[in-house]
Amino acid sequence: MSKYSAWSVFKNGLSGHKNWDRAWRDPEPKTEYDIVIVGGGLHGLATAYYLAKNHGLKNIAVVEKGWLGGGNAGRNTTIVRSNYMMPGNRDFYEHSLRLWENLSHELNYNVMFSQRSHVSLLHSPAAIDGAARRYNTMRLTGSDGELWDLPTLKRNIPHLNYGPDSRFPIRGAAVQRRAGTARHDAVAWGYARGADQHGVDILQNCELTGVQRDGNRVVGLQTSKGLIKAKKVGFAVAGSSSRVWQMAELGNLPIETHKLQAFVSEPLKPLLDHVVVFGVGGAHFYISQSDKGGMVFGGDLDWYKSYAQRGNLPIVQDVAECATSILPCLGRVRLLRHWSGLMDMSMDGASFICKTPLENLYLNAGWNYGGFKASPASGWYFADLIANNRPDPIIANHDLKRFERGCNIDERGAGPDPKLHG
Amino acid sequence: MIRINCPFCGERDHSEFGYGGDASIQYPALDAPAKDWIEAVFQRENIAGVQQETWQHTSGCRMWIVVERNTITHEIHSVKPAHPGTKTLLANAGDHQ
Ligand SMILES: Cc1cc2nc3c(=O)[nH]c(=O)nc-3n(C[C@H](O)[C@H](O)[C@H](O)COP(=O)(O)OP(=O)(O)OC[C@H]3O[C@@H](n4cnc5c(N)ncnc54)[C@H](O)[C@@H]3O)c2cc1C
Ligand SMILES: [Zn+2]
Repeated sequence: MSKYSAWSVFKNGLSGHKNWDRAWRDPEPKTEYDIVIVGGGLHGLATAYYLAKNHGLKNIAVVEKGWLGGGNAGRNTTIVRSNYMMPGNRDFYEHSLRLWENLSHELNYNVMFSQRSHVSLLHSPAAIDGAARRYNTMRLTGSDGELWDLPTLKRNIPHLNYGPDSRFPIRGAAVQRRAGTARHDAVAWGYARGADQHGVDILQNCELTGVQRDGNRVVGLQTSKGLIKAKKVGFAVAGSSSRVWQMAELGNLPIETHKLQAFVSEPLKPLLDHVVVFGVGGAHFYISQSDKGGMVFGGDLDWYKSYAQRGNLPIVQDVAECATSILPCLGRVRLLRHWSGLMDMSMDGASFICKTPLENLYLNAGWNYGGFKASPASGWYFADLIANNRPDPIIANHDLKRFERGCNIDERGAGPDPKLHG
Repeated sequence: MIRINCPFCGERDHSEFGYGGDASIQYPALDAPAKDWIEAVFQRENIAGVQQETWQHTSGCRMWIVVERNTITHEIHSVKPAHPGTKTLLANAGDHQ
C-alpha cells in the first residue's frame, strides 16, 4: 500500500484522484486468528495497530458490528488533554498526549491534531486554589499547565462573558497549552490503515453474537459472518461492554451505559481558537471551533441510563443555556446537528485495561467521556497486556479488582454513581 | 421527553425527576462479608432492555418511585411508589387531621 506524501497527492491529481489505493482491505474472515479484537472503534483499532507494530504479532483481526467510526469514535467532541491528577490517570494520559504529538507522522495520516490550548474557566478563589494544586501536580510530573489571571484570559479570548451581571463571574483560567483537538474520523481511519498495512484483517459488518467457552478459556466467537476461532480475545466495545461480557457468561461489570450528546452549529468565520470549558454550579459545558467553522460543543450526560443513541431535549436546552451564558455572541447561531453516543460509565470514572476471569480474554472498557484522548495510550497498553499477558505498572490499578482493594481512581471524588463521573 | 406517571402527582416530564439507579439491588446486612457489599455497591447488570429503576420526583412531591423502563426504547411499562405502604400511610395520615 502506498505512502501518502505531497508527491502522491500531486501524482494522483494528474489522474483526477481516481486511482488511489483503498486505505485498507475488506477481507473475508479466516476461520482462526491468534488474536481477535472485538470493536472497531479507536481503542480496538489502536490496539490492533500496536499489537502488530510494537509486538510484531501477526494473524490478528478486528471485528466490528457496523462500520469503522460509527460508534463513539466518530461521535465525540474531540478534546485531547492530560490535565489529570490521580496516580494511574496522570501518567497514563500524559503518555497518551505524547503519542498524540507524533501521531500523524507515526500513522502517515493527518489526524489534524491541533494543540490549541484547553482553557478551563475559574470562578472563585477556591476554584483557583484547586486548579493550582492540580496543575502544579501536572508540572511536577512532567506535563505542562499554567494559570491565567483575568487580564491574560481577556487578552486571549476577548469575547467571553466578562460582564458584572453574569451569574458566575469569570476570575481566571487553568490552561494546558499542549492540549487541543484532533479529527476523530481521521484517527480511526489512520489506525485502521496502519493496522491493515501490518497485516491486520479489519472485518466490518461482523457482529459478535456469542462467545464459545471451554472452561475458563474462550475458544471461538460466533459472529454474523460465522464462527471465528481465536487464541486470544480482547473486548473493546465501549458502551456495549456489559453486553459482550454477558455473552461470555461473566456476570456483572462495574459499568453503566449512559448517553452523551454532542452538538455542532452552522459554520462561522474564525471565532474561537481554544477549547473552552465552563463548569461551575450545575453547569458543565465545553466548546471549540472545527476547521470547517462549526462550533462543536457538549455538556452533561442525559442523566439516566440508556442504550438509545439519541439525545433528549432537556439537555439541548441546558447546553444552549450554558453556551449563551458564557459566549453570549452565540445567541443567534443556529444548531446544525446533534447526536449522542453510548458511554461506558464506570463506578469511579476511570477505565479498565485488564485481564479477566477467563485466561485468554482481556477487557478494555470504562472510558466515560474521556476515551478519545485516551485512544493512543489505551491501544498501546492494551496491546502490551495482550502480548505479554501482564499489565504494565502504569495500568496496574486499571483492573476490575481495584474496588475490592480500595484503589478507586476517582478523579472527581464523586463516589460509586456512574452518571456523576464526567 | 420521557413522561413519568408519578403515583402521587400524575404524569410529568422526566426533567422534574432525578434518576437514581438499578432498583433490583438489595443491600446486604451491615455485617455481611465485604464481597457482598462490593457486589451491591459496584457491580451492575446494566440491562439493555426492560429494567427496574429508581427515580425521585425532586421537583414535585420528592417521593422515590420505581419505574419499569426499556433502556433501548425508553418506553415505560409501570410506575409504583418505592416504599409499598406509602400511599396508604399518607391516606390514613390525612384521616387523622
Ligand atoms: C458525544 C460524545 C462526546 C465525547 N467527547 C469526548 C472528548 O471531547 N474527549 C474525549 O477524550 N472523549 C470524548 N468522548 C468519549 C470517547 O468518544 C469514547 O470514550 C471513545 O471513543 C470510546 O472508545 P472507542 O472509540 O473504541 O468506542 P467506539 O467507537 O464506540 O467503539 C466500540 C465499537 O464496538 C462496536 N461493537 C459493539 N458491540 C459489538 C459487537 N457485539 N460485535 C462487534 N462490534 C461491536 C461498536 O459498533 C463500536 O464501533 C465523547 C463521547 C461522546 C459520545
Ligand atoms: Zn410526585
